[in-house]
Parts: sequence; C-alpha cells; structure tokens
Amino acid sequence: MSARRIFARPARFAAIAPYVWMVLFFLVPFAFVLKISLSQTAIAQPPYEPVFDLTAGWEALKSAFGALSIDNFRLLGSDDIYVFAYVRSLTVAVAATALLLLIGYPIAYGMARLPKRWQAVAMVLVIVPFWTSFLIRIYAWINILQHDGLLNQILLALHLVSQPVVWLSTDGAMYIGIVYSYLPFMILPLYATLAKMEPALEEAASDLGAPPWQVFWLVTFPLSLPGVGAGVLLCFIPIVGEFVIPDLLAGSNSLMIGQTLWLEFFTNKDWPVASAAAIVLLVVLLLPLLLYERLQKRQLEQGR
Amino acid sequence: MHKISRLSRFNIASLALGLAFLYLPILILVIYSFNASRLVTVWGGWSLRWYREFLNDRAMIEAAWMSLRVAVASATIATLLGTLAAVALSRGERFRGRTLFSGMLYAPLVMPEVITGLSLLLLFVALNAERGFWTVTIAHTTLTMCFVAVVVQSRLGSLDRSLEEAAMDLGCNPVRAFVSVTLPLIAPAIVAGWMLAFTLSLDDLVIASFTTGPGSATLPIRIYSEVRLGVKPEINAICTLVIGLIAVVIVIASLASKLSSSKGESAAPL
Repeated sequence: MSARRIFARPARFAAIAPYVWMVLFFLVPFAFVLKISLSQTAIAQPPYEPVFDLTAGWEALKSAFGALSIDNFRLLGSDDIYVFAYVRSLTVAVAATALLLLIGYPIAYGMARLPKRWQAVAMVLVIVPFWTSFLIRIYAWINILQHDGLLNQILLALHLVSQPVVWLSTDGAMYIGIVYSYLPFMILPLYATLAKMEPALEEAASDLGAPPWQVFWLVTFPLSLPGVGAGVLLCFIPIVGEFVIPDLLAGSNSLMIGQTLWLEFFTNKDWPVASAAAIVLLVVLLLPLLLYERLQKRQLEQGR
Repeated sequence: MHKISRLSRFNIASLALGLAFLYLPILILVIYSFNASRLVTVWGGWSLRWYREFLNDRAMIEAAWMSLRVAVASATIATLLGTLAAVALSRGERFRGRTLFSGMLYAPLVMPEVITGLSLLLLFVALNAERGFWTVTIAHTTLTMCFVAVVVQSRLGSLDRSLEEAAMDLGCNPVRAFVSVTLPLIAPAIVAGWMLAFTLSLDDLVIASFTTGPGSATLPIRIYSEVRLGVKPEINAICTLVIGLIAVVIVIASLASKLSSSKGESAAPL
C-alpha cells in the first residue's frame, strides 16, 4: 500500500511534458479559433483584424478587444448555404450511422460466436483495413464506381443494364465510402461487448421457449447497448465533420459542413467565417462528445 | 440443436460478406496496379510499368520522402509523450488538473480533423512559424500521442502492480522499478503504439493540408490532388506500395504483441 503511494508521486511528474504539449498545441489553438471567429475579414496578412499586438500597450489591446464582434455567427445563421450544410451533415451522419449499425451488428455478432481461436483471427482481419490508408480505400472505390469502372463492366457483361450507370458523384457512392471507411469503428466496440456476454443467458431464454428473434430483441440487444452507444458515437462524430469522402465521391451540388469550412478557408480565404463555422460545429458535437465521455467512464468503472 | 446450427450459418454468411466487402476493393486496386494498359479498366496484361513511372516522378518521390520523415519523427515524439501520459494516468493517482489532462488527451480521438487542423494552423500563423516539416510533425504528434496513450494505458492497466511493489520492497526506487520491471513488460505495447502513430501520420490528409506550407506536400496531399483530377494508373502503383509498407508494419506489430502475450503467459504463474 505504501509502495503504491510512493510510486504515485514520480508518476505524477510524468504528466508534465505531455500536459504542457497538449495545452500548447491543443488548448491554446482553440483560443485562437475563438478569437479569430470574432474578428473581421481583412485583405492583409494574416487575413483578419484586429490583430492583438502585445507590444503596442494596454490602450491598443483594449481597442482591439472592442473591435471583436459576433457578426460571423450572425452570418452563419442567416445564410442558407451554411444552414443547409449543417442540416445535411447531420442527416448524412444519422443515416450513415444507422446503416453502419445495421451492417456492423451481424458481423460483430458472427465474430463473437466464433470459436475463441478464430475470434482472434477475425479481429485482426477487421483491424487491418483500419491500418490501411483511408484515402487509398476511397480511391479503390473510385476505381470500381467510375463510368467505365469494374461495377459497370460487370453489370454490362451480365446484361443487367444496357448503358453504364452513373455511380460516382452520387449520394449512394458517398454512403458506400463512409460505410466502408467507418465499418471497423462500428464493429470493434460491438464485438467487445458481445464477446463478453454470457452465452448462458441466451440459452436460458431459448430454453424457456423464446423464438430466436425474441432472444435477440429481449436479451442480446439490450445487453449490447454499451457497445452500440460507443460504436454509434465513434462513427457519428467524425462523420459530421467529414470532408474527404463527400468531396471525392458525392456530387458537388450539396456540401457538408466540413467541405464548406474547407472552401471558406482555402478558396475564399475568409478565415473568420471558417473559424466561426468550426466553433458552431464544435458546439453541435459537444453534446455527443460529452455523452461519449460519460459512456467511457461508466465502461471503465464496470471493467474494474 | 437445430436452432443453433441455423444461427451459426447466418453468422458465417454475414462474416464472410463483411470481410469480402472490406477486402475486395483493396484487392482489385492491387491487381490493377500491375495492369499494362493505360486505361485503368482495360486489362492489358501484367506489367511493372506504373511502378517505374512512379520512380521517375520527382514530385511524388519527394512527397513520399517528406511523409516518411514526418511519420518517423512524429511517431517517435508521440510515443515518448503518450507513454509518459499513460504512466501518469494509470499510476499517478491524483494530481491537479487530472480531469482536464485526460479530457485534452482523449478529445483529439473523436474531434473532426478539420477542427484540429484549422486550430493548429491559426496557432502557427499567430506564432509566425514557417510552415513545413516541423509544423506537420507537431500537428501529427498532437493527434497520434492520444492513440499511443490509449494503447499503452490498456497494457499498464492489465499489469500486476505487485511486480513493481516487489521491486521497491527489494530496494529499488520508483523510477528504477519502472525502468527495470515495468518498462520491459510494456515494451510491446510501446512498439505497437509507435507503429499505430506511424501509420496514422502516413495516412493523414486533412491535418497535413492545414499545417504544411508550399513546396512541402506529403504523399496523401499529392495523391489527393491527383485523384481529384481523375484516376491514373500510377496512383494504383503508389497505393499498392503504401499498402505493402503498412503490411510490413502490421506484421512487426503483431509479432511484438505475440512476444508480449507469450511473456505474459510465462509471467502469469507469479
């Protein structure tokens, strides 16, 4: 007991370097985003004003503070492009997460019912694509879905269609890309809870005369809810901010918020509006983020 | 009995379909990288033509070299910091700002990359830092040290603390006990963490786009700009090379974890 306490003190010092790093490169940058979101666009370098100049003295600093305004946020609320972008991001994320759950659950369930030795193999097989570059995986789908791509060639050869079908630059292609990229993130937490579950519970329900669907709906599914929650949040949050997949696979007529932010930043060079869009995105995601943290904490406590 | 066998057939079908869905597109890409034809979809026989094309593409080679350097540097720093953070969180019991610390550490895991990238760029602009190798490396370190911390922390959590305590009872100071007892035991997790950080850095497009400067594009940035202009067979070859490199990394990482599990077994009777 005392040895444990002695150990705790030097271990605390281990926090110093990573702590300083995270404050410097994670927390402080957010202060900059917040500040610039309250600034005005300017044709200058950097392209916003006011610029805080700490050497200019207290009066200059005070007037700089006075020049901050919430105009950018008003603009976001009144401009249809942004409102639509947020709505579309949320809709796409909800639909894609539901699809992921529908596709991922049977796979995770199948993994959890395999013999122990095969479970490890299946787990590696699911993780490997996660290690493979996501850009490459999206690109692989472009190969398949493009006008003279493999899918159309197969469909034409089988005489299922008489003309090449447009797959690329559609919402369908985007959903395929998202499901493909995020599937491991859904499967792994689901598998983790399903594998820990006591099979005797399902057998008991079945022995008592419940048909398979009832066993699943009344026993298996409720017990797997922590995994469902973790998987859903792990997919939902990054999909809302997704940029690359819709940019490469979806059409250009309706943008997600990640794309609008990117365009505002790199093409229009309107840094203040891009920063304000990032702040709003963060606020939108704060609720699921907090929920996720809660859930993790509870799972950690259950694990102990 | 009947019920169970029907269930497992459904299990096997969904598993097989799921794995086919995950692997077929990558397999197709690898096969087409050896296609002799200029048209991506017309098979013209086996050839290494596009690999040669890649070796003659100066801009691509430079981008690949930049990516490798950034990945090695950021994975190394991230492994150092992430391991320290994991030790602090699992061994240092209470300290001021612990909640903030763990919050900051895990937030980048779920934060959309556009936000992380944007905020870091604004910081670098405010600091007037020249953007290039070091800014990308710092950005990647910030992202990947969280993953290292998670991997190392889970290994630390499953370790038997009495081993450390025994070393201290035998007269080791805590630091010595950590270095000579704990560190060798968590070494495989540290190796796996480094590998994960390395591949994540190699893979990142969004954060690198925000934090790099003109003339120092990473490989994903170059691939991305090529892909937007249309599919080119050369990209298939580059992607296959990247997949090959990552496959090597995975084999090393899994060997390291196998080493750790066999070590764990021999330590278990203690």
